[in-house]
Amino acid sequence: MNANRTQNDLSKQKPLLEVRDLRTYFRVEGGIAKAVDGVSFDVYPDEVIGIVGESGSGKSVTSLSIMRLIPDPPGFIAGGEIWFNEQNLIDLTYDEMRRVRGNEIGMIFQEPMTALNPVFTVGMQVMEAVRTHQKVSRKEARNLAIEILDKVGILDADRRLKDYPHQFSGGMRQRVMLAMALVCNPQLLIADEPTTALDVTTQAQILDLMLELKAEHERGSIMLITHDLGVVAETCDRVIVMYGGKLQEMGSVEQIFEDPQHPYTRGLLDSLPSHQRPGEDRLRAIPGNVPSIMDLPSGCKFCTRCEDAVIGCENTEPPLYDVGEGHLVRCHLLEDAVK
Amino acid sequence: MTKPLLEVKNLSIKYPIWGGVLRHKVNEVCAVDDVSFTINVGETLGLVGESGCGKTTVAKSIVNIHRAMTPGVAQEGEILFHTDDGPVNVLELDRSQMRSLRAQIQIIFQDPFSSLNPRMTVGNIIDGPLRLHSGKTASERRERVAYFLERVGLQPEHAGRYPHEFSGGQRQRVGIARALAVQPKLIVADEAVSALDVSVQAQVLNLLQDLQDEFSLTYLFVAHDLSVVHHISDRIAVMYLGKIVEMGDSDSVYKTPSHPYSQALISAVPQPIPRRVR
Repeated sequence: MNANRTQNDLSKQKPLLEVRDLRTYFRVEGGIAKAVDGVSFDVYPDEVIGIVGESGSGKSVTSLSIMRLIPDPPGFIAGGEIWFNEQNLIDLTYDEMRRVRGNEIGMIFQEPMTALNPVFTVGMQVMEAVRTHQKVSRKEARNLAIEILDKVGILDADRRLKDYPHQFSGGMRQRVMLAMALVCNPQLLIADEPTTALDVTTQAQILDLMLELKAEHERGSIMLITHDLGVVAETCDRVIVMYGGKLQEMGSVEQIFEDPQHPYTRGLLDSLPSHQRPGEDRLRAIPGNVPSIMDLPSGCKFCTRCEDAVIGCENTEPPLYDVGEGHLVRCHLLEDAVK
Repeated sequence: MTKPLLEVKNLSIKYPIWGGVLRHKVNEVCAVDDVSFTINVGETLGLVGESGCGKTTVAKSIVNIHRAMTPGVAQEGEILFHTDDGPVNVLELDRSQMRSLRAQIQIIFQDPFSSLNPRMTVGNIIDGPLRLHSGKTASERRERVAYFLERVGLQPEHAGRYPHEFSGGQRQRVGIARALAVQPKLIVADEAVSALDVSVQAQVLNLLQDLQDEFSLTYLFVAHDLSVVHHISDRIAVMYLGKIVEMGDSDSVYKTPSHPYSQALISAVPQPIPRRVR
């Protein structure tokens, strides 16, 4: 964690990952579902960036698009650029992309049991990750696997190489996933809801471990996708809030949690039981339901549930306003404040 | 006025482990070990703990669905439910007695996708318990279904639709309406809001609180999310490895936990406050 780095320092740095106007659509019955619709952001070296949003907000699709893991059909990347290490990931061929995945960008998923292959030993799976990307002998791969499993906190690693995924507990499986993702020393780790299926005490261990390993890797970054605002506050440097396939607010973790500007971000924080004001018995819930991406309003995506919405919100999409120090907000109400 | 509605006394639940060629019982696991607690009329008791601690097992034995689901399960102790005609031990009831008691004890499940029959309309789902327990005519029941649909924030027209036409939060509302329709005294909510998005979770929690005031309900609220349990409960019981390790007033357990496990559990919950600001 970089305690005192401001947005200005960041913009002087060269980003590790640049996402520009990413559009990922799905062909569905009755039309096209715009799951991610024009999302742009940067990930800088040595930072933890969080993407938060509720189900259907497009946060997972964003991360899968970066990894080029969108199932096609029905999904396809309709436009945009994803720059990583001087190459546009969208233009890469299948084989070129394979060299990036697991080598330069590692990824872990929510459900470690379905992400691991049940019929291969853990050792074989970690060694496969090494041998796919590095020219090493079986013995060296084995040693690397033992080393990384040891690092992620699996006791007696050289014996446990022979074990199968079902012989590990949920938290231990997520550690194995982390070992597989990190064995090639990627510059970017994408963690998609890595602790959602785990108990709170295990979750705390895994998050601490991720941050510890990141601290060891000098310029490594983590992109953490989650719906849990508590997890974001505890681990991230910067935060992106998504809703309806669009980036709604982006800023440092302090800007988002201490001074949220978008009505949706404020609503999310107010919905938390821990954000109740003293003496308040009821939670301040956001009215309505998360709309289906097939019938989103043409203007602001949040206007149907927004308590501050004014006439015009539903017609025109607000641009991202910069309210200072890199704090971006997509809301019409800020138009005057910015001028 | 504190009058007990439910008293659980020294409840132990052991599941058999089958093995060998003849599938005989080779061992047993003790999922719940000597658990005792009382819930008073109009109160909400929160039961928290991590997966595998036995909290759902306790919830299931209160509605007595173990016998149907897991043959060979051993339940010891007493679960006394105070009806208007005096206390009954839920564990000693036979099927038909239990069936009639279920008009007073209802359960809401975690997963709003698998706990509603996809081939039944929402109206029929809510009507099911009414048909069994209320003895009302079809038209009276239809009115009742419409009333409770509205009460949980849906529209009466929704009665003709199927579960797949609703979002997760709306389905959970259907589950609540079904539990509520027979006007029970006790509602066991087993992770009732865990599967919902934060913004919808807050709506459903508010709804549960409103309904409690309106129908003077008593809740056993089983969950793993401590901030949610603290918000809705009057008292909290913390379970670990089948035992209650700490029980007390909601605020005191959440803010000044005494047992080392409760302390660890509470300190592990991520707080939505940036680290550097604290």
